[in-house]
Amino acid sequence: MKWSYFFTSAIGKKIVMALTGLFLISFLIVHVGLNSCIFYDLRWFDPTDNGEMFNKAAHFMGSALVIRIMEIGLFLFIIVHIVQGYVLEAKNLSKRGQGYNVSLGNRGSKWYSRSMAILGTLIFLFLIMHISHFWVPSRITSNLQEVTYNKGTVKVHNLFLRMFEVFQNPIVVILYVLGCISLAYHLVHGFTSAFRTMGVYNKKYLAMLNSIGYGFSILVCTLFALMPISMYFHWVSPN
Amino acid sequence: MLDAKIPEGPLDDKWEDYKGHVKLVNPSNKRRLEIIVIGSGLAGASAAASLGELGYKVKCFCFQDSPRRAHSIAAQGGINAAKNYQNDGDSVFRLFYDTVKGGDYRSREANVHRLAEVSAHIIDQCVAQGVPFAREYGGLLSNRSFGGTQVQRTFYAAGQTGQQLLIGAYQALERQIALGNVAMYTRHEMLELVMIDGKARGIIARNLISGELERHFGHAVLLCSGGYGNVFYLSTNAMGSNTTAIWKAHKKGAYFGNPCYTQIHPTCIPVTGEHQSKLTLMSESLRNDGRIWVPKKKGDNRKPNEIPAEERDYYLERRYPAYGNLVPRDVASRAAKERCDAGYGVGTSKQAVYLDFASAIERYGHVEASKRGLSNVDADTIITFGKEVIKEKYGNLFDMYEKITGENPYVVPMRIYPAVHYTMGGLWVDYELMTTIQGLYALGECNFSDHGANRLGASALMQGLADGYFVIPYTIGNYLANEIGTAVIPTSHPAFVDAEAAVKERLETLMNIKGNQTAESFHKRLGKIMWDKCGMARNAQGLQEAITEIQQLKKEFWSDLKISGAIKDFNPELDKAGRVADFIELGELICKDALQRAESCGGHFREESQTEEGEALRHDAEFMYVSAWEYVGDHKWELHKEELEYEVVKPTQRSYK
Amino acid sequence: MEHYTMNLTLKVWRQANNKSEGRFETYQVNGISSEMSFLEMFDILNERLVIEGKDPIAFDHDCREGICGMCSMHINGRPHGPWHATTTCQLHMRAFKDGDTIVVEPWRAVGFPVIKDLITDRSAFDRIVQAGGFISINTGNAVDGNSIPIEKAKADASFAAAACIACGACVAACKNASASLFLSAKIAHLGLLPQGQPERKDRVLSMIAQMDKEQFGSCTFTGACEAVCPKEISITNISRMNKDYLMAGLSSEK
Ligand SMILES: Cc1cc2nc3c(=O)[nH]c(=O)nc-3n(C[C@H](O)[C@H](O)[C@H](O)COP(=O)(O)OP(=O)(O)OC[C@H]3O[C@@H](n4cnc5c(N)ncnc54)[C@H](O)[C@@H]3O)c2cc1C
Ligand code: SF4
Ligand code: FES
Repeated sequence: MKWSYFFTSAIGKKIVMALTGLFLISFLIVHVGLNSCIFYDLRWFDPTDNGEMFNKAAHFMGSALVIRIMEIGLFLFIIVHIVQGYVLEAKNLSKRGQGYNVSLGNRGSKWYSRSMAILGTLIFLFLIMHISHFWVPSRITSNLQEVTYNKGTVKVHNLFLRMFEVFQNPIVVILYVLGCISLAYHLVHGFTSAFRTMGVYNKKYLAMLNSIGYGFSILVCTLFALMPISMYFHWVSPN
Repeated sequence: MLDAKIPEGPLDDKWEDYKGHVKLVNPSNKRRLEIIVIGSGLAGASAAASLGELGYKVKCFCFQDSPRRAHSIAAQGGINAAKNYQNDGDSVFRLFYDTVKGGDYRSREANVHRLAEVSAHIIDQCVAQGVPFAREYGGLLSNRSFGGTQVQRTFYAAGQTGQQLLIGAYQALERQIALGNVAMYTRHEMLELVMIDGKARGIIARNLISGELERHFGHAVLLCSGGYGNVFYLSTNAMGSNTTAIWKAHKKGAYFGNPCYTQIHPTCIPVTGEHQSKLTLMSESLRNDGRIWVPKKKGDNRKPNEIPAEERDYYLERRYPAYGNLVPRDVASRAAKERCDAGYGVGTSKQAVYLDFASAIERYGHVEASKRGLSNVDADTIITFGKEVIKEKYGNLFDMYEKITGENPYVVPMRIYPAVHYTMGGLWVDYELMTTIQGLYALGECNFSDHGANRLGASALMQGLADGYFVIPYTIGNYLANEIGTAVIPTSHPAFVDAEAAVKERLETLMNIKGNQTAESFHKRLGKIMWDKCGMARNAQGLQEAITEIQQLKKEFWSDLKISGAIKDFNPELDKAGRVADFIELGELICKDALQRAESCGGHFREESQTEEGEALRHDAEFMYVSAWEYVGDHKWELHKEELEYEVVKPTQRSYK
Repeated sequence: MEHYTMNLTLKVWRQANNKSEGRFETYQVNGISSEMSFLEMFDILNERLVIEGKDPIAFDHDCREGICGMCSMHINGRPHGPWHATTTCQLHMRAFKDGDTIVVEPWRAVGFPVIKDLITDRSAFDRIVQAGGFISINTGNAVDGNSIPIEKAKADASFAAAACIACGACVAACKNASASLFLSAKIAHLGLLPQGQPERKDRVLSMIAQMDKEQFGSCTFTGACEAVCPKEISITNISRMNKDYLMAGLSSEK
């Protein structure tokens, strides 16, 4: 079987989606882990942190070569995931032909499982905004304020401050929260679907993956959503 | 004279001997020989696939949209085979003997013996194809019992044995289609047999989608078109099951064997009203665990669960202690009718008896409890355990029952009543399965073959597959070996032209009657006549009346039929009208045959001929023959007799007491 | 069981043939008994139409026992109607009540073109089976049935998959008109048995290629197929098929 066909058959297309999706999920783990460092500034931990922990971690991510290479991979995978997603959706939509007068709707499946393309589009739009907020100024235009730590030995971008500034705009906060909700629904379906696509059929494991998928989506997206919220309400802030 | 071409020699050796001496066709000649197969049920699909594998050029036809939907798919209970895996005393001889006895000594010994011989191979073949038969925990095949036997020789796949067997044959068929050895024609109906110089040489078929007529040539034609139980309108057969293919052949000269032998199955869901379009079988396998009873008191209107055990009449166990609930179908059906006619029937219509699983549920519950090492289990848990076992065995049947009736058979006993189920009669065939027309064969339910006057449960699947997988591949060679010189006859031959013209004319006639009554309504009326006067019990007067009524109905049909739509179109009304027209003619023949056979045997019960206890009474001295009817003209048939000689089994009055 | 009669409004898709445009036609049917089956209700309507000299509604059906897979109506937006694990022919009128409006459409999928009214062409399923849905064994080659013991759990799972009746409801319900549930049922049926092993890899690859050719979509695991399948075929079969596909695709040398 030719590779080209292996990845483009009815199942092949889904395998591409699943593989890229799973990679993106693993990226999310890193991303949420790292960004959660801002919560160190919460009053239960160390209100004087002022984002130091986060800024250092972000700096590490920006400077390690491996991670920079992976970042290229990440962008590539995002693009493949998006393009393939649209191709898949377009192909699938074309298989119905004439539509139904009364449709099955939610009687057979969850709305979000049928709406992966729409949710994906929302996430995509969110991503554009998100990248322009942080990644562009940090990596491309490099017009972020700098801050020094460890008695002046370490000098890094003050991304924490940038976040804080961005999240003072209530509209942005709302858009971010909406983005997180889209992501959550996208993940609730995408997580197990990816494993199913990759051939996990054992009911016991599927049940486990299902719970993990739910837990993961809710946890990750709640954490993400809490970031703009807690900054907007100054629970976390550079004081 | 009818020559059944039974091979010489002792019964045990006939088939082996035959195979050893039969003419063969070499592979290069096979490629040039074309065979038409009508039907894709167990008989047709297995024949078409096997002949394709051998290298013949095969064309296979069915009226459904896929060969896998042939009516064999509906068979539920199982398939017999003399494997003796249970070590309970089964053998080829015993299967042979049970079948001959079950058929009330009206079948041909040599055929039945061959059937028993090949039965074991069928199971092997099906397992190899991937048929998922039920298995025991050790991984080996499981068996259950069926009526009319005292051994466990029935192989099954839950309540879907027919489906699984047919899918096996269908897959083999699809494989031959993919290889180009078989060409499949779905949504096609054979409407005429084409004969050239006294031999079957092809068919005229109608493409049911476009309405076009097509001509197809074959060096031989195999009819595997299933049973004609729908002549009774209500039956357990599929809506499309019909007699048209064999009826056309009959009118072209193929004799019809024992048309009156129809099987009424004892356990079907009762009729609910005028709207009823078909009846649903509850597999005979249920009688393994279900007990049949009616109240001892006439017109007892209490709910079944309120009637205590001592006020119930388990009439089969009472009348037939040796076989109990597992007596053959004809016996069980008549016993149910007897109780209902005597006023003991249950349900609103009073035309039903109970099939009760309560004691089986309890018994299995105890077994389960001890399997799980539990003692002192309360009654409810026992019942829960028991229900689980029953569910595994018959779950789909119970679900089906509940969907149709709205009652839960795990709690309330099923209500059942006999219904038309199977036709033992069919085209007369010789040992080689050839009809009285050269080159025309009949396989499966549409031939009269192996079941005599009554078929035992789980034997039809066996016969269909035996015919298709293991008999026809040998016997057809004996004919085709002489046909290798016959070139493919172009379908421009006048015989094809004339046959097509005749079909066209008939279709036009049907369309042009432009009367007021639908084909469906005629079918219903025919069914009522047949059921009332030629059903579970028959008598001379009723049969004579039926014949006149049917002749009258035929006149009315041809003068007052109404069909909408057009010929050159997808037109199910026209398809139905053609089938009903043939059923009406067949109905008359069935009644004539029933009238002529003034004895009771198997499914044919003549009220004039019964023992004092109301059991069927045969008259071997007068009727030990197969009735083979030759069509000689409108309403006219001539009877030919094939005397049956029993060399091994000694016919006795059947007893299941 | 209480029985009752009802009057209903039917909105049925009528289409003369594959080439013509279709439209909905509305019919009033009265005095329908709750004991009737759904198709018997159609029989009554059709009888009336024939008497009125109109073209009756064409629909596929044969066994009326829920096993042949012929019947195929999209009833009020759900393939085979409102009852769980039930074919159209097994649906009974007690599922409805007096005054209901029932919308009936054919299966909608590019792979199932409409032939007439509610009848579609499902021959694509046969061609998918032709691509490899079998075990290549000629008649007469078999060994004794008990010479290959099969683990009961596997035999049961194989049977559960083999229960598919090829009705096409899964395709009709799937937003992608994917035939994956049907296909995976066949692959599981054969792939779970020892007899099916020799051809297991080729089978999955060629059957999937055929499904692609027949214009069915990809599975995105929404689960609609499983929800409407009258034979309760499990969607896990699709994962199993995907696993087979991965294994076969990665190990194939072509
Ligand atoms: C509900 C039910 C349950 C049963 N259960 C059992 C059981 O448990 N065990 C058992 O042994 N037997 C059982 N039987 C009996 C058994 O199923 C049948 O006798 C057997 O399957 C018949 O097979 P067949 O191949 O002869 O015909 P069928 O399977 O009926 O096939 C007939 C074929 O002929 C085609 N055809 C018919 N007329 C034409 C035409 N004019 N032109 C073109 N094609 C045509 C049809 O399309 C179809 O493909 C049962 C029967 C019923 C009704
Ligand atoms: S998987 Fe279910 S819905 Fe699909 S064709 Fe088979 S039986 Fe029908
Ligand atoms: S008509 Fe056979 S499944 Fe419905």
